[in-house]
Amino acid sequence: MVDFALTHAWLVPLLPALAFVIIVFLTRPYARLSSTVAIAAIFSSFVLAANIAYGVFTNPGFIEKPLVYSLRWFGMEGFTVDVGVMLDPTSAMMLFMVSMVATLIQIYSTGYMHGDPQYSVFFSYLSLFAASMLGLVISSNLLQMFILWELVGLCSFLLIGFYTFKVSAREAAKKAFITTRIGDFGMMLGLLFLQIVFGTLDLVGLAERVPNYEQFGISLGLLTLIAILLFIGPIGKSGQFPLHVWLPDAMEGPTPVSALIHAATMVVAGVYLVGRTLFLFAEVPGAAEVVAFIGAFTAIFAATIAITQREIKRILAYSTVSQLGYMMLALGVGSLSASMFHLWTHAFFKALMFLGAGSVLHALHDKADVWEMGGLIKKMPITGWTFVIGGLAIAGIPPFAGFWSKDEILLVTLEYAKHGHALGYLLFFFAAVTAFLTAFYMWRLIFLTFFGKEKPENHPHESPLSMTFPLVVLAVLAAVGGLVGTPWANVWGEWIHFGDVHHGDPNYALMILSVVLAVAGIGLAYRLYYQDEEKQLAKQLAERYQSLYKLSYNKYYVDELYAWFTRTVVDAGAKALYWFDIYVVDNIVNGLAGVTKLSGQGMRFLHTGKMQTYALVFFLALLVITVVLAYGNPTLAGSLGGVN
Amino acid sequence: MGTALNPSYFIVLSAALFAIGLYGALSRKNAIAVLISIEIMLTAVNINLVAINKFLTPEAFIGQIFAIFVITVAAAEVGLGLAIIIAMFRSRHTVDLDDFDWMKW
Repeated sequence: MVDFALTHAWLVPLLPALAFVIIVFLTRPYARLSSTVAIAAIFSSFVLAANIAYGVFTNPGFIEKPLVYSLRWFGMEGFTVDVGVMLDPTSAMMLFMVSMVATLIQIYSTGYMHGDPQYSVFFSYLSLFAASMLGLVISSNLLQMFILWELVGLCSFLLIGFYTFKVSAREAAKKAFITTRIGDFGMMLGLLFLQIVFGTLDLVGLAERVPNYEQFGISLGLLTLIAILLFIGPIGKSGQFPLHVWLPDAMEGPTPVSALIHAATMVVAGVYLVGRTLFLFAEVPGAAEVVAFIGAFTAIFAATIAITQREIKRILAYSTVSQLGYMMLALGVGSLSASMFHLWTHAFFKALMFLGAGSVLHALHDKADVWEMGGLIKKMPITGWTFVIGGLAIAGIPPFAGFWSKDEILLVTLEYAKHGHALGYLLFFFAAVTAFLTAFYMWRLIFLTFFGKEKPENHPHESPLSMTFPLVVLAVLAAVGGLVGTPWANVWGEWIHFGDVHHGDPNYALMILSVVLAVAGIGLAYRLYYQDEEKQLAKQLAERYQSLYKLSYNKYYVDELYAWFTRTVVDAGAKALYWFDIYVVDNIVNGLAGVTKLSGQGMRFLHTGKMQTYALVFFLALLVITVVLAYGNPTLAGSLGGVN
Repeated sequence: MGTALNPSYFIVLSAALFAIGLYGALSRKNAIAVLISIEIMLTAVNINLVAINKFLTPEAFIGQIFAIFVITVAAAEVGLGLAIIIAMFRSRHTVDLDDFDWMKW
């Protein structure tokens, strides 16, 4: 079975793609059948992926020599494109994680989307989404990756705008698509540069050639530019500052979609791409610093927004932006294993919390404001307690998953700083403050939603088994999923690493610091939002620091800034170009036409209609031609007896 | 061939005839006169063909053969031209070329 899985890894993305086709063309009228097909396909993919992961992790040779097989797609002089599969521990881990989370989310969706008229369509989109992401993960070259990357973007567009009757959903879908397209344009330029300079987009080929970039006649500066252009793609896709604005709005899609986008597909694609091309960033310290700094800044920036948001899914969305910043930070300081480890644990607890939020919304009939909830844990114990586990995991309380991965990132950042990068201490400071803020805003959400006084106007009820089952599975994973990467037995670091295996000794001071930060965050949230029944203290704080509160609540006005920029600068530029088009371009074209018309009208009078005039012109023309030929061509001139 | 005639005599004669014919063809108002002028130009060409053949390749008769072709074509052309002129005269009652300007825009 393992051998079969390793040689048939292409089936993993193909099965959900097939499910998409089957649902669209055959089973669309039959809702139950459609979801069964989708779940069967993704579950088969998961089984295959589990076997692949087993095969890859039990064979340490895969790190140095990834299993690659490919087909020639098309070729021409000096340019060939393959489609292929590349299996190494990173892609095996991603296959396993994505297919597992996607399976759970699809099971959950059968409950969440129950009775929706677009039920089958929803499952077809989910299947295509999973297929695109799985295909992206196993791509052996960057062009194939880019195609699937765009397909992931398309699926997110379809799913965010799933409720097409809602204006806000349509707007959010467009916003997501356009914002990420801006990033994709930068990435496309980066890919073009890579192809032109190195003559290949194969990951293995590039990994061999990039370190010898001087032989290809390019400078470190140009390589830095290429890396940064390439990084613009992930900035858009993974919601990094300043292209993060689409991600919170993407909450307009059905909640399982939010979970899929935030935990396993769309946004992790960016992190994964940087992870895959880390050999490039490792060559250019400048670009890596850009990645690290943008990551760290995004982490703290989004966390400070999350602390004042009111909508349950928006808080989670900013939390995702913040956590993705963490992953980028880890990549920027050069640690593939820390970044992928956080990606792995984050997938579990973030999927868990999104699905939990979906369960809450389901129970409260889409009432999303956390201030209007309270005491839900009594009526919805499974949702509530699994959410608490997710909250403990993301806050970084040991031994839950988030603690280990966040700690790993703090550790590698600190070591980066110790190895002569002064900037590293700033990054570490950002990351540490973010850890505190994360614990605070997440537990603010939990206290407001699940604890405290019940609101009499709400009549919540626990969700059906199809929804609680995935929550329980994810809660177990969020609790124990981090144990593969403890500092004492860092199996994870053995599996997934870039360059030599790196083993930091357990840094107990750092561990204590991160626990203290997490507990302090939770404690503050407890004091403000639980102990203080009337939330007077929180309201007073908001009153006293009103300007800061508003700044955070309005997301630092980035959206407004973009709107202003579009309305003034872009529109003014468009107006100027419009003027130029109407008055300059059009006049040039019309002027040329006018000249032709006028000269035609003038030439008309040369036609006398008299034979003899024409004959005279004919004769004169002959004369001119003869003279020109005679003087222009020496041999002809000689034969005609002319002088030369 | 007794006293050799200088070939330039023929060329000068032919050039003179051609120029006269050209002038007539371009300037005469009467269509018949234009046709006659064209005949003069063709004659100039024929003189050239025969004379130059005699001086350059006396053993071959290319020039003479060409001259006969030209005469044949000229006869046919004049026959056709006269027919057209007569047809036009019938409809317009004139052979003055200045009146034949309906090819104008």
